[in-house]
Amino acid sequence: MSVVFYGIAALTVAGGLAAVLLKNTVHCALAVAVAFAGLALLFLSLDAQFVGFAQILVYVGAVAILIVFAILLTRGAEPVTGGVFSKSWLVGLVIAAGVFAVLGWAVLQSAHALPLVTAAPAVTVQDIGVALVGRYVLPLEIVALLLTAATIGAVIVALHEKERTR
Amino acid sequence: MGVASPLAAYLLVAALLFAIGLAGALTRRNAILVLIGIELMLNAANLNFIAFWRYGPHPEALTGMMFAIFSIAVAAAEAAVGLGLVIAIYRYAKTTDLDQMNRMKG
Repeated sequence: MSVVFYGIAALTVAGGLAAVLLKNTVHCALAVAVAFAGLALLFLSLDAQFVGFAQILVYVGAVAILIVFAILLTRGAEPVTGGVFSKSWLVGLVIAAGVFAVLGWAVLQSAHALPLVTAAPAVTVQDIGVALVGRYVLPLEIVALLLTAATIGAVIVALHEKERTR
Repeated sequence: MGVASPLAAYLLVAALLFAIGLAGALTRRNAILVLIGIELMLNAANLNFIAFWRYGPHPEALTGMMFAIFSIAVAAAEAAVGLGLVIAIYRYAKTTDLDQMNRMKG
């Protein structure tokens, strides 16, 4: 593996760790944006240009901004009292470590069966577009409907109800 | 440790990100940070899809890439609804602290 891969992987993991560990909620949102950008670079290094740029547009552009908005709307930026971690943090940490141990063990045990370096697949954006409106047209329509419903639902859920103001 | 296959290296990074996201979702008290952890887990799964697509036997079939594209779209919808729910709960309970949301505790 190249130095570039290790650099991007270290950036991504560091962003993820910072997002989980930092005290200030706004800093966590910025760190998770770094992790999303690192993942986009990993996608680009895997010759998946379309998904890499979609990742930047959707995650770095939209989801990270949405998270910052939610933090500011809920006054999450104010300092918290009594620690940022839950009372049962040790159980969660043990579960996460166990999951990583099992996943890492499975990957390392099967590493000899995994394929070695292969030629970069020659897939253009045109191929992706043709596949989206050809073989995958029904999932595409369902996702369009889901996104519409989710947008309307999110607005209705977060809407301020004047008559029931307490 | 020398990992022979580049796919194994990507899978290890994805497993590490998934574990970090799971730890965040299970240990943080702020509901928004729990959502951030869930987003990290979803992204780790996407990385697995793309890595298997790249090193799989038939990348021209685009299966893993399509799954990742649809997964990104569904994750965006999930983030919008999840953050809307957090804002609605904050308006009702005046907090995003999950340890204080014990109304349904038996």
